[in-house]
Amino acid sequence: MSNPIYKFLEEKVKPNFEEGGKLEKFYPAYDALETFMFVPGHTTPKVGSHIRDGIDMKRTMIMVVLAMIPALLFGIWNTGYQHFLALGETSTFWENVGYGALKVLPIVVVSYAAGLAVEFIFAIINKHQVNEGFLVSGMLIPLCLPVEIPLWMVAVATIFAVVIGKEVFGGTGMNILNVALTARAFLFFAYPTWMSGDKVWIGGGTDEAVAMADGSTGATLLAQATEKSSGFVNAAGAEYGNTFMDAFLGFIPGSIGETSVLAILIGAAILLITGIGSWKIMLSAVLGGYVMGLIFNAFAVNPFMEVPAHEHLVFGGFAFGVVFMATDPVTASQTGTGKYIYGFLIGLLAIMIRVFNPAYPEGVMLAILFMNVMAPLIDHYVIRTNVNRRKKRTAAVAA
Amino acid sequence: MSKAVKIKRGVDIKLVGEAEKVLVDAPRPKTVAIKPTDFEGIKPKVVVKPGNEVKAGTVLMYDKNHEAVKFTSPVSGEVVEVKRGEKRKLLEIIVLADQETKYEDFGAADPASLDAKQIKEKICASGLWPFIKQRPYDVIANPNDEPKSIFISAFDSAPLAPDNDFILHGEDKLFQKGVDALAKLTKGKIHLTVNGAAKADEVFLNAKNVVRHEVSGPHPAGNVGLHIHNFDPINTGETVWVVKPQDVLAIGRLFESGKFDARRIIALAGAQVKDPKYYRTILGASTKELFEQHTSSDNTRYISGSVLTGTKIDQEGYLGFYDYQLTAIPEGGEPQMFGWITPNPNKFSISRALPSWLQPGKKYNLTADKNGEERPFVVTEEYEKVFPFDIYPVQLLKAIMIEDIELMEELGVYEVAPEDFALCETVCTSKIPSQEIVRNGLNMLRKEMS
Repeated sequence: MSNPIYKFLEEKVKPNFEEGGKLEKFYPAYDALETFMFVPGHTTPKVGSHIRDGIDMKRTMIMVVLAMIPALLFGIWNTGYQHFLALGETSTFWENVGYGALKVLPIVVVSYAAGLAVEFIFAIINKHQVNEGFLVSGMLIPLCLPVEIPLWMVAVATIFAVVIGKEVFGGTGMNILNVALTARAFLFFAYPTWMSGDKVWIGGGTDEAVAMADGSTGATLLAQATEKSSGFVNAAGAEYGNTFMDAFLGFIPGSIGETSVLAILIGAAILLITGIGSWKIMLSAVLGGYVMGLIFNAFAVNPFMEVPAHEHLVFGGFAFGVVFMATDPVTASQTGTGKYIYGFLIGLLAIMIRVFNPAYPEGVMLAILFMNVMAPLIDHYVIRTNVNRRKKRTAAVAA
Repeated sequence: MSKAVKIKRGVDIKLVGEAEKVLVDAPRPKTVAIKPTDFEGIKPKVVVKPGNEVKAGTVLMYDKNHEAVKFTSPVSGEVVEVKRGEKRKLLEIIVLADQETKYEDFGAADPASLDAKQIKEKICASGLWPFIKQRPYDVIANPNDEPKSIFISAFDSAPLAPDNDFILHGEDKLFQKGVDALAKLTKGKIHLTVNGAAKADEVFLNAKNVVRHEVSGPHPAGNVGLHIHNFDPINTGETVWVVKPQDVLAIGRLFESGKFDARRIIALAGAQVKDPKYYRTILGASTKELFEQHTSSDNTRYISGSVLTGTKIDQEGYLGFYDYQLTAIPEGGEPQMFGWITPNPNKFSISRALPSWLQPGKKYNLTADKNGEERPFVVTEEYEKVFPFDIYPVQLLKAIMIEDIELMEELGVYEVAPEDFALCETVCTSKIPSQEIVRNGLNMLRKEMS
């Protein structure tokens, strides 16, 4: 290898971390950094397949992170946009982006720093390699939180999620619950005032010193839907021209990355084209949500049930959860048939929880966590049908 | 009775260096070796010493578990070395080959006039028995069993695999003789599966005493395990035997001439081969002469067998007992800067996260790089894309890993062999060594069941 950086790492840096080196204990940390910079030149063993697919875990995870970038960028802009809207001030594109970046990027940084710190510590204690799974979780966590969330809470929730949600089970690939949703659920139940209401969604909304304009509200569409099924208002208190379109494009208050269904769909396209996200889960979840919405429309007895089914799909975190969280392969159903059932029930339950229990407007979070727990059961029954088919064949021969 | 099956799940990895359909004589190998490591689950007992003179067909070793299963010398000459590795593990029995081969005489006979016992005795005595393998466990068949059927796959669909239609062309008579001998060993049928996507050679089309099937589609269409799964699936307690076409021919020759005639035609293929073509050589032949003259020795991986299931050997190695091709590909081994994000158009992938899918029909020059590190299972429904069995591959692997025998049985472990998982291993994002896991699982199961 002629690369001078690699040569430098191998000759000057690596010996410090190897056996007998001063920093021997920190070898997993060094290893993580080296393998991040250079895919190691490991070759296939003596026996077995000698050629291998070009894909690896790092590429897979990075593709998911890339798919979230449109939602992140839109979230940054929208944070600024919502802020100035609530203040009743006009703002330029760059003012929005500037304000949003100052609010959002620290959350992203804290999430990654806290999570990766835990990952490195566990890797060092357990003497295993640092896994790539947190690359995705580290981006998912900020995107599913309100912009006003205090940074220390982000850190606490991230640490909780990585330790309790993942590392105690054995790390990436072994966890039962989606790590990012574990973080969100932790915050939701531990600090509910910072996870709901009409202040936390607007940048500066919880700051007494920031004077909001008269009539402005930071209530999300889901919060408003408890009282009315149409005539939703924006942060400035003005009625949306076309609620569906505004919610689809994302000019609404909400968690940082969840508002723009369009940005999420760009991410979905990346996941579907690369084949990394399961179309089975996405499709069946959307169907499940839509069907539930239609059922509610048919039997509507309150305003929330009257919210048109198609609007449910663009409100709140539904799209974000379905595209980026329900499709987490580790916590989802692993069989093809199971994925249809798993996705459909997520969609169904998300809308059901959202409508029936307005105290938990974010039904999609609870729906996915619940189905994470149920996924092994679904797989069990799918696999049993396969097992029984084989048993039947054996019995037929024996008879 | 004959059936046609078309499979969709699987993948043909197109590689550069396919053998041209030209058949030439390989230089006569100076040494020939039997490698006990080629045979899973045997307890080898060597009966020759360096210095012993042997003929083609003289016993070199036998299996202590089944003393009837003998391994004989493919050539005549002098035993020069019994090579052992760590813990005295037997690696190679090397014979210095004579210029002219002298044969042990096992007596020519018409299989039709013999009964099953006599046929078995003849095949065992001559050292041809190890050509007959059994499922489950993918090991040498037990001569005391009677299988419910015998399967012969007429084609090999692996990358750069030799073309049996080309190799066996014109051998109708000997092939038929081999088939007739095998037919005596089972009350069931002999299933001969040809490639449904191309017209098979007469040798297969004219064969009698067999049920012919067709399978078409991408690799692993030619895997005999898939054929068994489709045409006569193995249930708990059942045994099926499998034989490769060239070995059927060897059995035919035994009955025709009474000799262990270990001739074998192999493909020499792969990107590192200067002039890939077919060679007439001998089972267990030294690879030194062929590799030295016909491959580039620059950072090359030499493989006895295919790139999916073969064994890495030295340039001065020996052709494996069950291998019908020698492959040479670049070894690779260079760390790649930010290799997890660079487009890598020269790497193959079934995932669309690399541009491989935009270049259909491209022939790749793949190295032996792993392209990543081993990780736990994360991605799902990846193996299913290349595993055309009605079996859940990942769940079966996990059952093997936790050594849950009942679950393994339920999930279909008796129907699979390591080679059936070769593509799973190849495409795995987590770089899990599936073939090794299946091998260990089958070995464990066989031990438990015996």
